[in-house]
Amino acid sequence: MTSMSQANRPGTPTSRVRRPRSIVAALGLAPFSIYVVLFLALPTVLAVTSGLFDGKGHFTWNNFTALGDPVVLRTFWASLWLSLVTAAVGAILGAVVCYALIGVNPTRPIRVSVDAAAGVLAQFGGVMLAFVFIATMGRNSLINQWLTRIGINIYSSGMWLYDLPGLILPYIYFQVPLMVITFMPAMEGLKPQWAEANAALGGTRWTFWTRIGLPVLAPSFMASYLLLFANSFSAYATAAALASQGSQIVPLQIRAALTSETVLGRQNLAGALAAGMILVMIVVMTGYATIQRRAERWRS
Amino acid sequence: MRTGSFYPSRVTRWVIGIILGLLVLIPLAMTLEYTFRDGKGHSLKHWAALFDPANKSTYSPLWTGVTNSLILAVATIVIVLVLIAPTMILVTVKFPHLRRVFEFVALLPITIPAIVLVVGLSPIYLFIGRSVGTGAWTLCFAYGILALPFAFRAIQASIDATNVTTLAEAARSLGASWLNVIVRVLAPNLRSGLMAGSLISVAVVLGEYTIASLLNRQNLQTSLVVVNQQDAFIAVIVSLLALAFCFILLLVIGQLGRMGSARKERS
Repeated sequence: MTSMSQANRPGTPTSRVRRPRSIVAALGLAPFSIYVVLFLALPTVLAVTSGLFDGKGHFTWNNFTALGDPVVLRTFWASLWLSLVTAAVGAILGAVVCYALIGVNPTRPIRVSVDAAAGVLAQFGGVMLAFVFIATMGRNSLINQWLTRIGINIYSSGMWLYDLPGLILPYIYFQVPLMVITFMPAMEGLKPQWAEANAALGGTRWTFWTRIGLPVLAPSFMASYLLLFANSFSAYATAAALASQGSQIVPLQIRAALTSETVLGRQNLAGALAAGMILVMIVVMTGYATIQRRAERWRS
Repeated sequence: MRTGSFYPSRVTRWVIGIILGLLVLIPLAMTLEYTFRDGKGHSLKHWAALFDPANKSTYSPLWTGVTNSLILAVATIVIVLVLIAPTMILVTVKFPHLRRVFEFVALLPITIPAIVLVVGLSPIYLFIGRSVGTGAWTLCFAYGILALPFAFRAIQASIDATNVTTLAEAARSLGASWLNVIVRVLAPNLRSGLMAGSLISVAVVLGEYTIASLLNRQNLQTSLVVVNQQDAFIAVIVSLLALAFCFILLLVIGQLGRMGSARKERS
């Protein structure tokens, strides 16, 4: 095209050709850049700044002061608490799975299936996991029937499956596979030579793990934990399908603010809530990046 | 067992595998059992109902949702193959110094929750609705962003395993146009990554609920929620089928990755 015709022109010095060519190449980056600006940067900026305006488009701090509202604070606390707990359980169980998979050749069918299953459950479950847990633990489920038969009523204090406590098990269910995906590379980074060195120096299996294995893995574990936390904190679909009423966690509160048409200006509260979420995510992901850099020191 | 190895023993592996395997499989097995209930005992009643023409009107939102999700999957693959992949090639060949920046941008959507994105997308989609229409396919622009980190990783693995710059320069010096370089020289070499990137995008699209539901568009997941209110069994059956389908997609991706790494070792 342009660069071609330039090159075909006889006697054009190459140094002259270079400039227009790189402009043409830079133009090649334009479609992607425009796309990312329109559908990633712009929505993020709009989401965070829309909290600064009221329904009529006037500047206001009201939506952000609404973040100090006890109801909103309680929801943020519920979100943080849910994420802390499910990320902790998920990280520990997931790390145990990774331990069991050390040294298994990644091309073995068992590894391939575990990887695929982990990917599906960690990233694409959403609403479907909510249905799975209603069928597994709901009032009509086999588990509930069995427990009732031996005299245990798990719902004696109310139907908590559709409320905040009901989110814990489904969340752990998608956290464990995410831990397997993110922590496995660190586990595979443990070098057999370290174990040999440990043995040569008279160390035992115990000293290997306490003096070498766990200290080396600790930063990766923490980084993975933060990633799991972020994952729980931003999850929406499972909670939306389980808790069809109420706004127990921040994403559900955003839903309520977005879909409510009764209260004027609630749309902009969604913006303030989104800004609050982004703030938490920035803190968590900065921590993640910092720890991850430390963790990579042992890899190569 | 080798002395000085930190590998778990065979028994440890099995114990962990069985316990955690059961924890993962029990809910799925319970769900499967639930779909076989017919009031008194167990039968294939609800599975048969899925294909019964008599239920057509009840399940019509479901078919709309499935159709929309499939259209979206194809449209998102187009974005991955026509927009994302060529840009990645261009960055590798012409702007290697922009690689880190590109990577940062490509992985950014992981850190921005979909529920936050949707707050900002709603005015944008209001505009799109007015100018292009409210068809479900328009969601593909948002889905391309959601699929970006996954597609990036899959395609980047292939780019790293192939000497893209040398291939591109060789083809250019033989007089190929850039279009030819990408379509006839690079694409065949990056086949496994492009394939994996496309399949993972399908998985992303099929599982997406947040954006579709809050922008009032129908896709597979929103229709599951609608149908669930009338017939919980069908919603659960379709959920299991969709999970199984995504599992197969990811198995295929794993297979592609294996082929890619095998090729890398040979060369």
